[in-house]
Amino acid sequence: MNENPFAEALAWLAEPTRWSGASGIPARTLEHLGYTALGVAVAALIAIPLGLLVGHTGRGKSLAVAAAGAARALPTLGLVTLFALLVGIGLTAPLLAFVVLAIPSLLAGAYSAIESADPATVDAARAQGMTEWQILTRVELPLGMPLLIGGFRGATVQVVATAMLAAYVGNGGLGRYIFQGLGTQNYPQMIAGSLLVIALALLLDLALLLGQRLTAPRGLRPT
Amino acid sequence: MSWVGANLDLIAGHTGSHLLQALPPILIAFVLSLPMAKLANARGWLRTGVTTTSGLMYAIPSLPLFVLLPGLIGTSVRSPLNIAIALSLYGLALMVPAASDAFRSVDRHVLSSATAQGYAPLARFLHVELPLAGPVLLAGVRVVAVSTISLVTVGGVLGVSSLGMLFVDGFRRGIIAEIAAGVVLTAVLALVTDALLVLLGRALMPWTRAQGVRRP
Repeated sequence: MNENPFAEALAWLAEPTRWSGASGIPARTLEHLGYTALGVAVAALIAIPLGLLVGHTGRGKSLAVAAAGAARALPTLGLVTLFALLVGIGLTAPLLAFVVLAIPSLLAGAYSAIESADPATVDAARAQGMTEWQILTRVELPLGMPLLIGGFRGATVQVVATAMLAAYVGNGGLGRYIFQGLGTQNYPQMIAGSLLVIALALLLDLALLLGQRLTAPRGLRPT
Repeated sequence: MSWVGANLDLIAGHTGSHLLQALPPILIAFVLSLPMAKLANARGWLRTGVTTTSGLMYAIPSLPLFVLLPGLIGTSVRSPLNIAIALSLYGLALMVPAASDAFRSVDRHVLSSATAQGYAPLARFLHVELPLAGPVLLAGVRVVAVSTISLVTVGGVLGVSSLGMLFVDGFRRGIIAEIAAGVVLTAVLALVTDALLVLLGRALMPWTRAQGVRRP
């Protein structure tokens, strides 16, 4: 163990056998991405319509704000292990935790996106004879798109991190390498697994950041 | 809930170490964020850099950071110090942009008037700028406090004592009450700290009391 653990971690990563098979790095990365996509998608199906409704009508806003704040206090590891005991080993338990943890960001992103539209602009659209649905889809949503994607960004960060804990309760994903390394006192493997998760998280975050920049309406972009 | 009654000592011990790992990072993040935000605001390019770095820093999941830090700074994976240092970094990632916004929300004319009245730079900062930035700073500290207290639990999987140990132990032994107690206690700890911060804010900034927190 006198050698630099980072050099050993890189050697671990460079081993060709780690890059193929069901427990190889590509397969584990895809699992991790799959969990993340599934968790965020299910949460979005619930939170986005609700957030759009709250933003458009202005009703229930204080409740949405309070829910987003309270959810931040929930420990992710606690939810994952609690659901694992209640529902049993498998993907359902972590997925439930992902959804619960992703909803607040998405909800906040959706309602703040709609709310960010200038009321004068919305009134002008209404005066021109647009229906409420047209106002929502053609005025409020395009104007608030960066904020909506910001909500996806927050939710994705949260779920990528929590998806690691899915391995703790017996599922796959990149967390496997960290927990295996922890069990066998293999610190270089833990570092290698950590580097992979960090790379994945940063790539996803940068991609969504780019999405935020690209969808900003030209008139609202900072110069 | 008989498990809770039989294990009050254990719970108290974990709660104590939980607070020891959570409170210093919150304080460190707040104190260090003030000079860092002032510095960032003085230079446009630095501000952009700080905001971007903070955003990316916050995207790094906590467990991998807990694992990497020992290799970088020589702490032990199982030590509370390691967790506290990592959480200070997260706290800074949240707090520096918040403090930067807070100082930018202060009207420049007010600062100029203070200078014209003869305030020296440090006195102007302490008696004019800091109090006026207070409400936005408080909002930032509240977010840092709640998220730090919740993140401490992740150290449980590495064997570091905190309420997170109740999740690890409860999961291994199949005791639902133990995990539920950990979740509830973590949330209560976070919400009580948040409420105390609000009270502290009211005591230190009496002018915000009348109509709730108001941006200056």
